[in-house]
Amino acid sequence: MPFNLPLAELEVGKHLYWKVGQLNLHGQVFLSSWIVIGALLALVVVGTRKMEREPRGVQNLLEFLWDYLRDLARDQIGEKAYRDWLPFIGTLFLFIFVSNWGGALIPWKLIHLPSGELGAPTADINTTIALALLVSLAYFYAGLSRKGLRYFEYYVEPTPIMLPFKIVEDFTKPLSLSFRLFGNILADELVVAVLAFLVPLVVPLPAMFLGLFTSAIQALIFATLAAYYIGEAVHEEQH
Amino acid sequence: MHSWLMLAEAAAPKGGLFDLDATLPLMAVQVVLLTFILNALFFQPVGKAVEEREGFISSSRAQAKEKIAQAERLEVELKAQLLEARKQSQALIQEAEVEVDRLFRDALALAQADANATKEKSRVQVEAQKAEAFAGIDIQATKLGAVIVDRLLAA
Repeated sequence: MPFNLPLAELEVGKHLYWKVGQLNLHGQVFLSSWIVIGALLALVVVGTRKMEREPRGVQNLLEFLWDYLRDLARDQIGEKAYRDWLPFIGTLFLFIFVSNWGGALIPWKLIHLPSGELGAPTADINTTIALALLVSLAYFYAGLSRKGLRYFEYYVEPTPIMLPFKIVEDFTKPLSLSFRLFGNILADELVVAVLAFLVPLVVPLPAMFLGLFTSAIQALIFATLAAYYIGEAVHEEQH
Repeated sequence: MHSWLMLAEAAAPKGGLFDLDATLPLMAVQVVLLTFILNALFFQPVGKAVEEREGFISSSRAQAKEKIAQAERLEVELKAQLLEARKQSQALIQEAEVEVDRLFRDALALAQADANATKEKSRVQVEAQKAEAFAGIDIQATKLGAVIVDRLLAA
């Protein structure tokens, strides 16, 4: 490797391991997720410190976000149940969005780790599977708490032939959710990294912009699908 | 998927793209905590603010509508009052005109009667004087006739 630039190294699948007892943790994922969560909380705290009837400054942004997320949740879940799930859907969207954009916009390379590298927390399969499993739990809980055991009627509607497909869906939903997000974000980071490795100037820029676009879209897709699954679970059939 | 199962037993993990470990459940716990924190710090207060504003706007609108309705009611009422007042004044004017007309006629009739009476009195006076004068003339004419006759007879 003739040019060993510090900004253009590729490290895939290397992690900063933290050991807690018998458990292994990916330290870099937690570090970057804490930064992301910190930024999110700082924004929220600053924006809600002084709520006014005529919104100013950050409160405007937060109300815009709230409105956007409320519309998303209401469209997918429906008027009756969306209030219970708005915080969950909204948190998913905000966490994934800020993670994705943080991974693309923050110059993580300036912080050197003993092993692995910092990046979007969502570029780690553990994070995305965790989020996807939370969505699965959420829609099961939503369906069961709203309809009780009648929730399982959903598996045989409109005909019992659907039963095996619906059962398979319960496994494919988290799988597709997690791998879609993981794949997109990791691929974006890799494309940018490879381009930056080959041509450090200007050329990676379009890929970076595309990456920002993809990041936003992936956050929207994840949140929308999560809301849709919950909506499907709480939906009452019109008999 | 195969590799991480083996790695779980190995002393030092080798890593890899699909290296699943305790990061997963801890991240899930972290996201659930974040959900509760954001619910308390973001979704509840902002939702409250937005809904309070919506309530304020709709109640203000309702109040404004009520005020408009009240104003319209008052307008109608005032217009009716105005119309009534106009009618009353019209009637008053008419009444006054009739009264003036009557007074005028009365005065005219009185004056005419007065004038007639005065004229009649004058006429009677003139007649009397005329009769008196005629009587005077008769006497003088008789006297004159007698004088003429005397003179003629005397001659």
